[in-house]
Amino acid sequence: MGKGEVDELKAGDYVYLSGTIYTARDAAHKRMYESLKKGEDLPFDIKDSMIYYMGPSPEREGQVIGSAGPTTASRMDKYTPCLLDLGLRGMIGKGKRTDSVKKAMIRNHCVYFAAVGGAGALLSKKIKKSTVIAYDDLGTEAIRKLEIENFPVIVVIDSKGGDLYESAIENYRSGQICIE
Amino acid sequence: MRNIPVSFITENIKQMCMDANYFLSDDMVHKLTEATETEVSVLGKQVLSQLQENLRIAKEDKIPICQDTGMAVIFLEIGQEVHFEQGNLEDAIQEGVRQGYKHGFLRKSIVQDPIIRENTKDNTPAVIYYDIKAGDKVKITLAPKGFGSENMSRIFMLKPADGIEGVKAAVITAVEDAGPNACPPMVVGVGIGGTFEKCALLAKKALIREVNVHSKIPYVREMERELLEKINELGIGPGGLGGKMTALAVNINVYPTHIAGLPVAVNICCHVNRHVSKIL
Repeated sequence: MGKGEVDELKAGDYVYLSGTIYTARDAAHKRMYESLKKGEDLPFDIKDSMIYYMGPSPEREGQVIGSAGPTTASRMDKYTPCLLDLGLRGMIGKGKRTDSVKKAMIRNHCVYFAAVGGAGALLSKKIKKSTVIAYDDLGTEAIRKLEIENFPVIVVIDSKGGDLYESAIENYRSGQICIE
Repeated sequence: MRNIPVSFITENIKQMCMDANYFLSDDMVHKLTEATETEVSVLGKQVLSQLQENLRIAKEDKIPICQDTGMAVIFLEIGQEVHFEQGNLEDAIQEGVRQGYKHGFLRKSIVQDPIIRENTKDNTPAVIYYDIKAGDKVKITLAPKGFGSENMSRIFMLKPADGIEGVKAAVITAVEDAGPNACPPMVVGVGIGGTFEKCALLAKKALIREVNVHSKIPYVREMERELLEKINELGIGPGGLGGKMTALAVNINVYPTHIAGLPVAVNICCHVNRHVSKIL
């Protein structure tokens, strides 16, 4: 995804994603951050890439991947602004982000999507290919390259700083998002 | 005296690890269906229907409901007439977890040391609690606990003067702070009384009580009802995307405490509130 595409997205948009993304969670973020501090390259080209905060369960024979839902994004917040400044375009996870992440997102035209937490069996069906590309020793926390198709997500924080978690509560309380 | 070989415990724990992660208990399934009907927000309803579909896929394909297959929390109620033989009980329990997580294709999420953080690669050790009861039966309850919601749990050491209003405010604060991080709609387990650690255990045990079973103590039952109503007015909603169904149930356990204290523990669980029990 490029800046232009990202800037069109608004908090609250329901989107189906298709293409290549990378997984990384706590331990992989720590390792990538330490690599950068030592002046080493990251294990994948971060420019315009998308990270999915996810560590899957093991796949059975014939399955592409095991259960594969999002993990809480805020645990990655310490490392995220630095990755955004290097060109990371989007993130998929669940839960709130800190102000420093939001500021880095606005500065770099980035987007944060939420996938439905606890729907790992359903989401696994939207992943068509999965390959471990780095940090194999971390097990479920290794970095995987995924090919996804019609992967359902919701824009939670957009590149202007709009935050669905904040507005949704307000909208519910004022009766704006009800069916009746 | 009844002799039970520990290998029997291993076999049962192994199967229970798998069952808990593929199938949600009937009370939880029923509550989620009810919540889907009750929800009034469009996105909220969409999230809840995805969760229903997710449960169906998990059951059919024997794929974990959630990729976080948890840290195994195991409660053993052991009749005092029981004698375990042919091995060490604790080793047998850990072996059951090891086999269950391996053969069930469940995620290995445990690190050996909280600071060094090296994965044990077999999801052991489990957290085990033993209770001695009358009789010659053994009741095993296994509750794999995911950490998205565990991380949002809290303990408040209130003052006696804070009273019931203080307790209610503490629970609401914990739920509000948890928000979308805890994968709502959540189940809220509350412990009131005891000591610091007893209170946390009361809250954990509240989570394994069925969501349609209420406290037998009238004022506690009333508090469960009132808190659920208040939580579902917060607007957090399914997935934290706004809506009515922020919680499916509030379960409260109480215990005697010290004249100087009023401990309150709030153990939050996501909608994948897994627990299986078996009496041997």
